[in-house]
Amino acid sequence: MSAPRTLLDKIWDNHVVYTPPGELPLLYIDRHLVHDVTSPQAFEGLRLAGRKVRRPEATFATPDHNVPTTDRRLPIADPVSKQQIDTLRANCREFGIRLYDLGDADQGIVHVIGPELGITQPGMTIVCGDSHTATHGALGALAFGIGTSEVEHVLATQTLRQAKPKSLEVRVDGRLAPGVTAKDLVLYLIGRLSTEGGTGYVIEYTGPCIRGLGMEQRMTVCNMSIEAGARAGMIAPDAITFDYMRGREFAPKDFDKAVTAWEKLPTDAGAVYDRVEVFQGGDVVPQVTWGTNPAQVTGVDAVVPDPDAFGDPNDRSSAARALDYMGLARGTKIVDIPLDRVFIGSCTNSRIEDLRAAADVVKGYRVAANVHAMVVPGSGRVKRQAEEEGLDRVFREAGFEWREAGCSMCLGMNPDTLSPGQRCASTSNRNFEGRQGKGGRTHLVSPAMAAAAAVTGHFVDIRGWEYK
Amino acid sequence: MQPFTTHTGIVGSLDRANVDTDQIIPKQFLKRIERTGFGQFLFCDWRFQADGSPNPEFELNRPEAKGATILLARRNFGCGSSREHAPWALADYGFRVVIAPTFADIFFNNCLQNGMLPIRLSEDDVAELFRRAAAAAAAGSQYRLHVDLKACTVADDAGFSRSFTVDPFRRQCLLEGLDDIGLSLRHADRIAAWEAAHGLPAVAG
Repeated sequence: MSAPRTLLDKIWDNHVVYTPPGELPLLYIDRHLVHDVTSPQAFEGLRLAGRKVRRPEATFATPDHNVPTTDRRLPIADPVSKQQIDTLRANCREFGIRLYDLGDADQGIVHVIGPELGITQPGMTIVCGDSHTATHGALGALAFGIGTSEVEHVLATQTLRQAKPKSLEVRVDGRLAPGVTAKDLVLYLIGRLSTEGGTGYVIEYTGPCIRGLGMEQRMTVCNMSIEAGARAGMIAPDAITFDYMRGREFAPKDFDKAVTAWEKLPTDAGAVYDRVEVFQGGDVVPQVTWGTNPAQVTGVDAVVPDPDAFGDPNDRSSAARALDYMGLARGTKIVDIPLDRVFIGSCTNSRIEDLRAAADVVKGYRVAANVHAMVVPGSGRVKRQAEEEGLDRVFREAGFEWREAGCSMCLGMNPDTLSPGQRCASTSNRNFEGRQGKGGRTHLVSPAMAAAAAVTGHFVDIRGWEYK
Repeated sequence: MQPFTTHTGIVGSLDRANVDTDQIIPKQFLKRIERTGFGQFLFCDWRFQADGSPNPEFELNRPEAKGATILLARRNFGCGSSREHAPWALADYGFRVVIAPTFADIFFNNCLQNGMLPIRLSEDDVAELFRRAAAAAAAGSQYRLHVDLKACTVADDAGFSRSFTVDPFRRQCLLEGLDDIGLSLRHADRIAAWEAAHGLPAVAG
């Protein structure tokens, strides 16, 4: 009998094509997702070298980063953005790649539409020129972000040169308390693992708390693995995964046969991870970031920390710099931080369950007078579904803007940005300096926490919310 | 790819941890469809004041960093987004080497794809380099390092010398300036055989 293997071992072993002597292994890539920002130079490289795309049918493209979220019938106002979108169109035409273009009913954030269309499947290797590709690991795939040169390598060869990463089991026992979400859990985990605690590792999230999460919540957790430094996060496929996959457009035609194969993927009993970290789901309270990286996070019931209280000199200077940038005084209660903007969206939290959770909070309330709030669904499908359920009306009636699908103010490449000094409760994944706009101040929270903050104009503990 | 064998250059000190790629090259400059011309936007939000003039407080704008080609930083350099525009911007600005205690994985790989050498040294060694660079600046001079990828060493003229490690394949690619797509395509027959043997899942539609 062969030695027990982890989920990572199995997918890795299944995909190593060949290891040339003295070189890095060639890892086969099953699915390649392409977007507007990190692909033009890769296609140009192919053209210059006279190379083709090896498997255009395994390559899927959509514009998301740089697209307007306002009326799609209007032309793109920014000529440089328009050129980048036009370039993606021309490249997909030239190389025969399926494109979910602006105006296509299924256009959306690449990490939302991959799982939604069934492009993402358990056991696959999936890459994209985007660090949040880790999202797809929620379905039991090995999925990670790559740079543009690697995008070109995958386009040309359908493989990647990769050293095998180490495995890190992050086991979460127990269960989340009511009002505490997957977003709170992953922010909590990043706070404890640090922004580089997962560097060099693929995280496999295990344990009863993880198993108890629905598919979209699992995506939220895996999505932010990169914020702990791990290129990939994954969760072993189970009945929840299979139920999610069933009936999706690109799901295997012989579904039962596929399930039989997928059932063999979970980590074997006795398999050894390179490292194990254990947490308790019951310890997690709703989280709010106070600094300029996602590990600078605390509970909504806490205060902005004192930088001098950090033992490590790097942490101390980072915290001091962060408080200066964020315009926050040490000791300030998190619930006393006032807000100017609220953003509900991004590949972390723009799926239907996220929007339902936010709408439940908002229902019967109005957005605070001093707050500008917007909801940006993750895809055309999410938007349609939400409209069928009447969620758009809940948001609009409360004073939220209801937008078209895209990355939007998660990174502010399009016109959706913060002005200098504006403070935003955001369901996105990065609170870096200037991420949502130069001088903008980002606090990462769950969709429910963002919705409640929009109503009250400051952070509130969602566990005490009065739902109407 | 531009080969990297040896390099002697001036050190630019950036005494910060967790420098993310959003800082290295802010998103408003990612709309270009070329690989070139990003140097002018490097560290844009830190480097320039609101009126567009250079920020004299920013480390790389100080006289001792003028002409720097070796960037010295604290741990977890290059975290965040996968944007290869970050190493493109560093290279276009003139950097050939980045030294830090740790790097984010994607950024580290992206450097190696662009003839730029990321060197991991211990936290103590990096602290020592910061001290030496600061001492040189205090004396009104610039601090230089010699990097030798063949020997895998980094050294100054005053007795500091350390070896570093880099993946042997990546090292060879850098030394010879190899196109790794070309190298991988040499194995196209094996890739085809793998595809045939694995009965690729049919892609619907």
